[in-house]
Amino acid sequence: MESRIFDELRKIVGPRGLITSREELHTYECDGLTNFRVLPRAVLLPDSTEQVQKIVRVCHRERIPFVARGSGTGLSGGALPVENGVVISLTRMNRILEVDFANARVVVEPGVINLDVTGRVAPQEYFYAPDPSSQSICSIGGNVAENSGGAHCLKYGFTTTHVLGLEVVLADGSLVHLGGKTLDAPGYDLMGVFVGSEGTLGIATKIILRVVKRPECARTLLAAFPSTNEAGAAVSDTIAAGMLPAAIEMMDNLAIQAAEAAVHANYPNCGALLLVELDGPVAEVAALMAHVDEICRKNGAWEIRVAQSDAERALVWKGRKAAFAAMGRISPNYIVQDGVIPRTELPNVMREIGRLSREAGLRVANVFHAGDGNLHPLVLFDRRIPGQEETAEGLSSRILELCIAAGGSITGEHGVGEDKKKMMSKMYSEPDLETMQRVRCAFDPLQLSNPSKIFPTPRLCGEKPGEYVAHPLEAAGIAERF
Amino acid sequence: MDASVSAKTTANTFETDARAIVTAKYVRAAGTNDVVAGVQPGFVVEPGSEQELAKILKLANAAGLAVIPRGGGTKAEWGNRPARADVVLSTARLHRVIEHAWADLTVSVEAGCTIEKLQETLAKHGQRLALDALWPERATVGGVLSTNDSGALRLRFGSLRDLVIGVTVALADGTLASSGGRVVKNVAGYDLPKLATGALGTLGVITRAFFRLHPLPKETRTISCATKDIQEAQRLVLAIQNSKLAHSALQMRSGAEIRPRVDVLFEGTEAGLTAQMEQLKLMMSAEPVAGYGRRVWSARQEICSADNKSAGEFAVAKFATLPALIADTVDTIARLAAAEVRWGVVAQATGIGWVRLEAKGQVVESVLREFRAGLERGGGSLVIVHRPAGMVELDAWGNVGDVLPLMRAVKWQFDPGGTLNPGRFVGGI
Repeated sequence: MESRIFDELRKIVGPRGLITSREELHTYECDGLTNFRVLPRAVLLPDSTEQVQKIVRVCHRERIPFVARGSGTGLSGGALPVENGVVISLTRMNRILEVDFANARVVVEPGVINLDVTGRVAPQEYFYAPDPSSQSICSIGGNVAENSGGAHCLKYGFTTTHVLGLEVVLADGSLVHLGGKTLDAPGYDLMGVFVGSEGTLGIATKIILRVVKRPECARTLLAAFPSTNEAGAAVSDTIAAGMLPAAIEMMDNLAIQAAEAAVHANYPNCGALLLVELDGPVAEVAALMAHVDEICRKNGAWEIRVAQSDAERALVWKGRKAAFAAMGRISPNYIVQDGVIPRTELPNVMREIGRLSREAGLRVANVFHAGDGNLHPLVLFDRRIPGQEETAEGLSSRILELCIAAGGSITGEHGVGEDKKKMMSKMYSEPDLETMQRVRCAFDPLQLSNPSKIFPTPRLCGEKPGEYVAHPLEAAGIAERF
Repeated sequence: MDASVSAKTTANTFETDARAIVTAKYVRAAGTNDVVAGVQPGFVVEPGSEQELAKILKLANAAGLAVIPRGGGTKAEWGNRPARADVVLSTARLHRVIEHAWADLTVSVEAGCTIEKLQETLAKHGQRLALDALWPERATVGGVLSTNDSGALRLRFGSLRDLVIGVTVALADGTLASSGGRVVKNVAGYDLPKLATGALGTLGVITRAFFRLHPLPKETRTISCATKDIQEAQRLVLAIQNSKLAHSALQMRSGAEIRPRVDVLFEGTEAGLTAQMEQLKLMMSAEPVAGYGRRVWSARQEICSADNKSAGEFAVAKFATLPALIADTVDTIARLAAAEVRWGVVAQATGIGWVRLEAKGQVVESVLREFRAGLERGGGSLVIVHRPAGMVELDAWGNVGDVLPLMRAVKWQFDPGGTLNPGRFVGGI
């Protein structure tokens, strides 16, 4: 990149808004998925929509690819820089611009931290529902890019349910407004497509959120089962009884041990632990909680506790939310997976994961959002032992293949990013992927915004849209589709 | 060969080729019942599988014929008058519920299945698609998705964008593409189910969909309350929204000849409902109106239906405003309607409302224009879904803002030839 471009960028963001020194750039070489690392040419720290537009216009004119970044907590390499590209970090755009209680709307900049939204509206007993485990550090902009979930999305829905409008800087620097404070804006639901597009369709610079009134009460039940089979049966019975809990979480023995070692959540030592949270009016919750208790006992739970106070509830959740990081207590390295299966496939898939784990000679800890079938198998390994990392990666991929074979998905909330793009061809057919890329071509024909993520093979946008035909390079055997 | 002869040849060739795909029985000349917003199409084709549907679409696209996708035809007049209409592509034969995975709370269903048939199937396992669509006995899954139709249950369960988890779509060039799937939680790739929802069939024809489901409620209760005026109704709605009640639906009704009312729907267990009803009664200034029950939830369909008591000309429009501005919006309608227009409104606490205006076309048109301008100034919108005879020109959608060029780019990527529903969507798409 030529120095005149750096000079131009520096003029836009000021000397403190441009990072070019190698040491400082290392901070941005990866996100929460640390096994992919690329050093960007520069990092920019704009503090307004106008600055983002100006930066992107320069990138567009000079054909420089850019990657937007929030707090960098993503687990799929979505914020991984691209070679010869720049990173646009949105952390300085962290203002809560508007809080409107009458309409339950909050307008924020993308760098606002997830939990700070709830913090702002909590005095009026509202909360922002999507609660990824990283909610104390992850940004709303990143949540929008990944369509982040969390334990409570079983009842409350994902980020996409709670985003009503977006101000977006497109890859040519133009500004568009998708959705708004009112519902059902006429035209295509491009906001619905943008949320979860992992930074490939542009940069959100303003986000209109919906906040939710806190329910009258929330009760969390913790039940200890001999194994994940019995716990899984209790989940199925709960759903079959017509209940929609706010959250249903499961941890297996290895995950429990790790959580105990890390945060002393005082979990019982058992084969599988189930957390069921019900919320709503007191009388309703009391009636349903009695029912859940009965279902758990019937399925072999040998210990059941109900968190009685907010403090007890917080402790129960602390163990669950710390589960990933806690793996460090029992293994030098680990890979987090994010597969989804139809809930009824749980016993089969667990059995297969057990078999694959034994075959590979590696331990797998399991943490699930059991209510919606979202598995987080954690493949434990030791990088110092030659070959073990490759074995772990192989095992991890085979677990995702199991999820696909069971009719599920390769990612429930972490995104495809860099990490799982090769798996996309196993989940979707070529016409499916080609159709998705038509959207990308409409938003960003030059493919400058976070290129090379999500899709195994980028589509050339200059082509007239039509049925899939092999690209000349492909036909000639120079390039291939994964 | 002059243009009309050439068009005739094209049509004849299409008819022959279409018969080869779906058999002669399922290709027929369109009649007056098939008119789309005043435009007479040439053929109706009823494919028996999604592969057949995709082939027909590809055929029409290659021949330059305009295609009007159709489900139950209940909302055929929504949107603008088509620029062209050659082939009605009916999903009537794609009517199967493919799989109700009740233990997973999901269903996959073909686009031509009616909402009523779907709900009956789901009810066998105590479940439902938590959506109260218009005319469920005729409206189909594909039509409801394409028009993004939702009712009062949306307050609690969200609209279709929150319920649909996967779709298969046939594109104009014959590509059959799926996205999403049968799991509730899935962020692999772009969310095309949302793109197809509310696109009025202009990007592709939905052939099947996956939905997340909800249990049927054990008990339900409806409570209605008349208020002194619309502002009092608004205060009550906001108080309920700001309370800890767990209601499933909440709406305001008003009209030229009726006093404002507020309706609340509770769903849950006996114990939970009794407690909530008592709490709610304390918030109401007047005694609840007895004897209405579930009937109040058909108010939206009554407003939208042609067989409503009045036989004269009328318009129906859907408006979107902020939840706290519903009363002001209703006041605006009352003021604009004045004495010459009979009007009725039902508005949900989400800020989505439906207005019916009964008068001659020109009168209604000027009311709607002014009403829309006010809504758009406040960031809202007005979409016309039924128009009287004398009101052809007024655009159905209104202004969509700075995003229109991007929408056109999306349309071009999916349907560069303008085959699907040309001219019916926003900005002439």
